[in-house]
Amino acid sequence: MNVLHMRLKTPDDLDKLRDDIRQKQEKDKSFLAVCGGTGCSSSGSEKVREVFQQYLNRHNLKKKTTLKFTGCLGLCERGPVVIIFPQGIFYQKVQESDVEEIIEKTFLKGEIIERLLYQDPVNGEKFIYADDIPFLKKQKRILLGNNWLMEPTSIEDYISLGGYQSVVKALTKMTPPEVIAEIKKARLRGRGGAGFPSGIKWQECYDAVSKQKYFICNADEGDPGAFMDRSLLEGNPHSVLEGLIIGGYATGASEGIIYVRSEYPTAVKNVKTAIAQAENLGLLGENILGTGFHFKISVSTGAGAFVSGETTALVAAVEGRLGEPRQKPPHLVERGLWGKPTVINNVETLANVPYIISYGAENFLRLGTEKSGGTKIFSLVGKVNNTGLVEVPLGMTLREIIFDIGGGIKNGKKFKAVQTGGPSGGCLPVSLLDSPTDFEKLNSAGSMMGSGGMIVMDEETCMVDIARYFLRFLEDESCGRCFSCREGISRMLEIVEDITRGKGSVEQLELLKELANVVKDSSLCGLGQTAANPVLATIRYFEDEYFAHILEKRCPAGVCRDLIRFSINEELCQGCDLCLKKCPGEAIRGEKRQPHTILGDKCTKCGICLETCKYNAVVKI
Amino acid sequence: MEERTRTDLENLKKPNGSSVVSLLQEVQEKYNYLPEEILREIAKERDIPLIDIYSVATFYKAFSLAPKGKHKIVTCSGTACHVRGSEKVAREISRVLGIEPGYTTKDGLYSLENVNCLGACALAPLVVVDGKYHGNVTPAKALELFKMYTVHEKEEKEEAGCRCATAKELAK
Ligand SMILES: Cc1cc2nc3c(=O)[nH]c(=O)nc-3n(C[C@H](O)[C@H](O)[C@H](O)COP(=O)(O)O)c2cc1C
Ligand code: FES
Repeated sequence: MNVLHMRLKTPDDLDKLRDDIRQKQEKDKSFLAVCGGTGCSSSGSEKVREVFQQYLNRHNLKKKTTLKFTGCLGLCERGPVVIIFPQGIFYQKVQESDVEEIIEKTFLKGEIIERLLYQDPVNGEKFIYADDIPFLKKQKRILLGNNWLMEPTSIEDYISLGGYQSVVKALTKMTPPEVIAEIKKARLRGRGGAGFPSGIKWQECYDAVSKQKYFICNADEGDPGAFMDRSLLEGNPHSVLEGLIIGGYATGASEGIIYVRSEYPTAVKNVKTAIAQAENLGLLGENILGTGFHFKISVSTGAGAFVSGETTALVAAVEGRLGEPRQKPPHLVERGLWGKPTVINNVETLANVPYIISYGAENFLRLGTEKSGGTKIFSLVGKVNNTGLVEVPLGMTLREIIFDIGGGIKNGKKFKAVQTGGPSGGCLPVSLLDSPTDFEKLNSAGSMMGSGGMIVMDEETCMVDIARYFLRFLEDESCGRCFSCREGISRMLEIVEDITRGKGSVEQLELLKELANVVKDSSLCGLGQTAANPVLATIRYFEDEYFAHILEKRCPAGVCRDLIRFSINEELCQGCDLCLKKCPGEAIRGEKRQPHTILGDKCTKCGICLETCKYNAVVKI
Repeated sequence: MEERTRTDLENLKKPNGSSVVSLLQEVQEKYNYLPEEILREIAKERDIPLIDIYSVATFYKAFSLAPKGKHKIVTCSGTACHVRGSEKVAREISRVLGIEPGYTTKDGLYSLENVNCLGACALAPLVVVDGKYHGNVTPAKALELFKMYTVHEKEEKEEAGCRCATAKELAK
């Protein structure tokens, strides 16, 4: 059966195809999933897959099992990850040299290889099955769950898992207003940043009178530290297409555009492949499954500008103009792409749509909070043990996410803050760990949900430095169109830089707050309107750190270069010469086997000595 | 203009719909940077002021106006990388190469770039060398990594019978 030469003319054809694929796949229920997500690929999973493939070929095991190179499985830090199905045995940090043993022992004989098992970072407990690992067990993976069961670019895999059934349901059993009503009932809110109710947005576009309407999927993912959209597009592109088709049907749009950043070449490739597959089968294009609904999807690539993710800027970029925002109103439903009514939704928002249509708004609502249904994918990164992608019901507390799923803080350090909402968000302190992650709570705490970056910080992260970091990011990314954003951010950055250098004053801190509020109130687009958040939130919760920098000329976290220096504890130093050899600034002096010293004026504060010393003799003060 | 670029440009001439951004993306892909003569040519062909082409070329991060080196080094300074110490790593790399991000070494061997997120944040801090991702990099690891590349480069150069200052200095 070659799916590529088939054209499905009715929903029944799709059912039949699904049955055929399932029957065929039933035979090889056992399969090996090698994670091909960015994290695992960076750790060499592609090589691991190759070695698996060669081994299976060489030993004639191809008939016994299938090898799937899947999308991101979530536990990126432990990559390359391999899961052996049907049991679901989870192996981490798999190397090429482990392949033979995995096949011979685990796959053929069911024996477990201890050293490859996941081990809890806190209590050392080992786990055999993926489903038992606390990192995965506490999640609710309605969007990411299929990633490990399929190859991202296999439409057969997707269809056999029930793919495109929600399109059939929407197109054959529901009218556009019914689809919109369901989305409204599910209380689906935008996952791209602002959390606007999607149902209302769709309704406005449906109500707009126009022959031509557009539906854009925002896959610009400019938020630094976040990679959920990437993993969805790379790992399960058809789910996003399905959401887009349903969105088009509901709003009356006949054209969909996916705007992907060009920094994600695999995402671009997989989406394009998925579109071609769906077109071939008749799931996209003219008269989809004989329902009379036409919808086509194209891909447009961004060229790297954070501000282009803002909706009006994105429209300009898709039109080929400079991706700069414009004044609103007119809103995009009044004047969007090429002047026509347009809806823009984020990748993750759209990936939720098939679930809502298939399982109903009630089931979706049951997952989230009263005000917003469903799950949210977070990119849990920073100073946390289990970094990766986690999908949890909306409303789960920060503590559960960071400590139960994330396994707590790295190296036994103390938790200081968690940053959500990207450059528009803020850092939340320990006192807010028990707040639920929902849109309202995060907003009232001075942060926001944003697109889902969740960066964990420990006692060695300086909050003034974080404010400086975001201001510098925003200064760089501000398009410069409006004065308050362009100048305001630069001036705020100057003040914060002064503070990190020990040159700040209390008066400047007051000026900083005042400036922050002006930028917030008078900027043109979301970038400027929220640019002050990282500053205001750090002042709100960590003012003592600002004062330590200003009054005591001290950086409590030991980060700000001008306020720290390195020194060698003579009692601990063995004179082993290791640091002396490694020091790139030739700043370390001392005879062999005699205590060494660091020459302050030559020291570049790179910290290599601290990193290399085996006797903990180097200290940062 | 050279014959080569002229024919290339012919190929780039797309139906009227194609935007300056996508044109520049193609040029960037082909040459790894945006050669001035091609930008001038596009401006003429499309009857767009050159300044508008440059405003697009300088607005987006993906475009470079200077040729890239043989090896492309990218450091990430996204939030996840930043809290795990990427600034120190980037500074160290900058120092050994003697260039700031956005520049290429004089010998044309290395160009350095700094981006705001590579989308593999779980492995922060990240350094990408010629498309290969290296995770959990520290300043010391970055220097090691570097030596590996430069030794290789030095060998290649010596085989070819020429001397390369950067490679030699770094490999010592
Ligand atoms: C400066 C700026 C950058 C943004 N970048 C993105 C982005 O990369 N991806 C995204 O989905 N939304 C981004 N947004 C939010 C979008 O403007 C918009 O709210 C969102 O795409 C709407 O989709 P949703 O309702 O499904 O969330 C950005 C907003 C601003 C102000
Ligand atoms: S922050 Fe560096 S890869 Fe995302």
